[in-house]
Amino acid sequence: MKTYKKFLAATALAMLTGGLMAGGASAKNLVFCSEAAPGGFDPALYTGGETLDATGQAVFNKLVEFKLGTSEVEPSLAASWTISDDGLEYTFKLRPGVKFQTTSFFTPTRDMNADDVVFSFERQKEGSKWAKYVDGATYEYFESMDFPKLIKEVKKVDDLTVKISLNKPSAPMLAGLAMDFSSIVSKEYADKLQADGTPQKFNEQPVGTGPFQFVDYQLNTAIRYEANPGYFKGKVKVDNLIFAVTTDAAVRVQKIKAGECNITIYPDPADVAGLKADANLKVIQKPGLNIAYLGYNTTQAPFDKPEVRKALNMAIDKKAIVDAVYLGQGTPAVNPIPPTMWSYDKAIKDDEYNPEAAKKALEKAGVKNLSMKIWAMPVARPYMPNGRRTAELLQSDFAKVGVKVEIVSYDWQEYLKRASDPKHDGAVILGWTGDNGDPDNFLAVLLSCQAVGQANRTAWCNKEFTALIDKAAVTADQAERTKLYEQAQVIFKREAPWATLAHSLVTDVTTKNVTGYVQSAFGVHNFADVDITE
Amino acid sequence: MFRYIASRVLLLIPTFIGISFVAFIFIRLLPGDPIIALAGERGMTPERHQMLMEQFGFNRPIWEQYFSFLWNIFHGDFGTSIASKRAVLADFLSLFPATLELSICAMLFAVIIGIPAGIFAAVKRGSIFDQLSMGIALVGYSMPIFWWGILLIILFAGILHWTPVSGRMDLVYFFKPTTGFMLIDSLISGPKGAFKSAFSHLILPTIVLGTIPLAVIARQTRSAMLEVLGEDYVRTARAKGLAPKRVIGIHALRNAMIPVITTIGLQMGLLMAGAILTETIFSWPGIGKWMIDAIAKRDYVVVQGGLMLVALIVMTVNLIVDLLYAVVNPRIRVK
Repeated sequence: MKTYKKFLAATALAMLTGGLMAGGASAKNLVFCSEAAPGGFDPALYTGGETLDATGQAVFNKLVEFKLGTSEVEPSLAASWTISDDGLEYTFKLRPGVKFQTTSFFTPTRDMNADDVVFSFERQKEGSKWAKYVDGATYEYFESMDFPKLIKEVKKVDDLTVKISLNKPSAPMLAGLAMDFSSIVSKEYADKLQADGTPQKFNEQPVGTGPFQFVDYQLNTAIRYEANPGYFKGKVKVDNLIFAVTTDAAVRVQKIKAGECNITIYPDPADVAGLKADANLKVIQKPGLNIAYLGYNTTQAPFDKPEVRKALNMAIDKKAIVDAVYLGQGTPAVNPIPPTMWSYDKAIKDDEYNPEAAKKALEKAGVKNLSMKIWAMPVARPYMPNGRRTAELLQSDFAKVGVKVEIVSYDWQEYLKRASDPKHDGAVILGWTGDNGDPDNFLAVLLSCQAVGQANRTAWCNKEFTALIDKAAVTADQAERTKLYEQAQVIFKREAPWATLAHSLVTDVTTKNVTGYVQSAFGVHNFADVDITE
Repeated sequence: MFRYIASRVLLLIPTFIGISFVAFIFIRLLPGDPIIALAGERGMTPERHQMLMEQFGFNRPIWEQYFSFLWNIFHGDFGTSIASKRAVLADFLSLFPATLELSICAMLFAVIIGIPAGIFAAVKRGSIFDQLSMGIALVGYSMPIFWWGILLIILFAGILHWTPVSGRMDLVYFFKPTTGFMLIDSLISGPKGAFKSAFSHLILPTIVLGTIPLAVIARQTRSAMLEVLGEDYVRTARAKGLAPKRVIGIHALRNAMIPVITTIGLQMGLLMAGAILTETIFSWPGIGKWMIDAIAKRDYVVVQGGLMLVALIVMTVNLIVDLLYAVVNPRIRVK
């Protein structure tokens, strides 16, 4: 019994003192409470933001990069580039003297050069020697950006010059090269691992040219990096960067409040007001490069008639959705691309919210006693905090115009799979966060004829719209492209394959002493410019 | 004894095959497939989907896939995760100690509080303590773990700042794990303060995970004690004039412990299931969270391999318990 009492006393004592932070290290540690564990450390193998943050953003650089917080492409490992008049050849002059990271597991013997650039793209091609260096390696971004068909050849001209030849002109090409899957990896490191018979380490212990170099990963717990002393843009201001994997949003909020991390992301919208009220925290919000929509299956009667879709769109009270689901942290959407994106057509007016007019329009279209299914997303995404609640609001809106709605839902993977099937029944709540700031990344991916069966979940194939998008993709001049995309948006609004619902605000939270943190436009998180003041 | 051991070991073979079949088929019964999960919202063309299904061997006849799964297991190969491209066995081995450490601590917490509370409630049957503790036990048993966990975090970490919010160790401490058990590793190779940090990180998850077993053990101990206290031999012991402490502590308790030990054994298995939620709340890097993620991504290889590894461990533990029964109780081995 005595021992038992002692144990209880010890437990109580530890509870009283345990929370006190021990250690008191003098190094500047930046702790980021991330939303999920990375899949691995090769940015070309994964599409999840948690992996891109841990790889492409922290460890690697690309030939060109997005200026932080914008979708503007700027030089990075390539100091400059030229594009041939026919738009088929991109020649990149590489920055001289860029060093790959020296770590406990690899010491480079040479600077980054054209061999690394060629290898970084060639390795992702089906059939290349390195493509299957780990079991089950697939390169989904490389595939979905159509690089295998688009790129004819990546050729070394000399040590510091690379030429990328294309099979057809592609205006979004540069934006694609700024994405994380286009990270430049070290060929020398890959060769060494292959010679050692441990190629899988390429996905476990990354070596790049980026601001932070990899130190250690404790599976599903924490990733540790240290500042890269030889970073070509200048050494970062913190000494160590630590990703603390914290999957639960409520726990992330508690952790940043308790000072256990310096930066966290994706808080629940309901927690934002409380975070804003906390004097020790800074809440950073910015309109996300995203859209949430209700996509009608346009091959299914009566949704095959644009007038029916338009009528239903008039029945939707978007403001109520933004207030109730986004808790005000969003804006009603008008066009299929967000207002912060170039080529957004401000002249387009949204369908007026008018249940009476909607009812009449439905009657005029010959629609009576309509019953339909609305699919509620089972997961929260940055563009849609609560699919079920949105579906319920839509159900009540549609009931006011005499349309009976049955809400259905499936497990997330099944939801995506079924929604892609052009024969699916009903209208689907879904959305998108842009990868690279190019309108093509929204309009072609989500609404073109080619995307039916993939991310075009409305099966809407409008030849006129797709022709404009295709033309814009091969047009180099941005002003010209803007005109084409504006015309496409007019067609979209006229044909209404979607009810555009909302663009959400993206919320990141930092402690007061964090400076220099800039929100990315694409939902990735970059800490190269961050400092911690005492 | 040899016959008993041999029969127990032989029984493992059909059990193992049965579990392998369930593990294999269970994840495939769920709608969706692992390939579609690779592409996310973007989707992929049916041609590419088909190509990747072929590449991963998921469109081979189901029995062929099953036998290749069994064959690989017998060769010690549990496969490579489709989502993370990491070896299943290596991931399991690095995550399992975290789950085991938490489960053991939760069970110790439940036993150390549950058994004395149960005994005391039985001895003082009908007292305020009895009614209160059994009432609390009932509440504990019905507690939704997720809610309970968040509540404790808000109170002890958020408001009182007595414990950390989540994780296994304060991130200022960094050392290579030796055993994977943070309490032991921090003592062996951790810097000053690491043990305290590991201990303080264990407190809340231990309470949350241990709450249900604590309630079950306390109630089981109470009812077992009440039954035994009414037995003739206890009355005889009392009549002989033995001290009440001796009657309760030796004569009654030893016999009452048999069903309690069985309950503890069963609860230990259930802890693994309970650990899934606790691990999620406390960002505890164990196998529960790992398996749930794999199910969400339809990562067939991780789910089937992970289930087999868990089953192997549970089967081994059960075998040991069966053998211990035989050592403790000779009647079992005669049967």
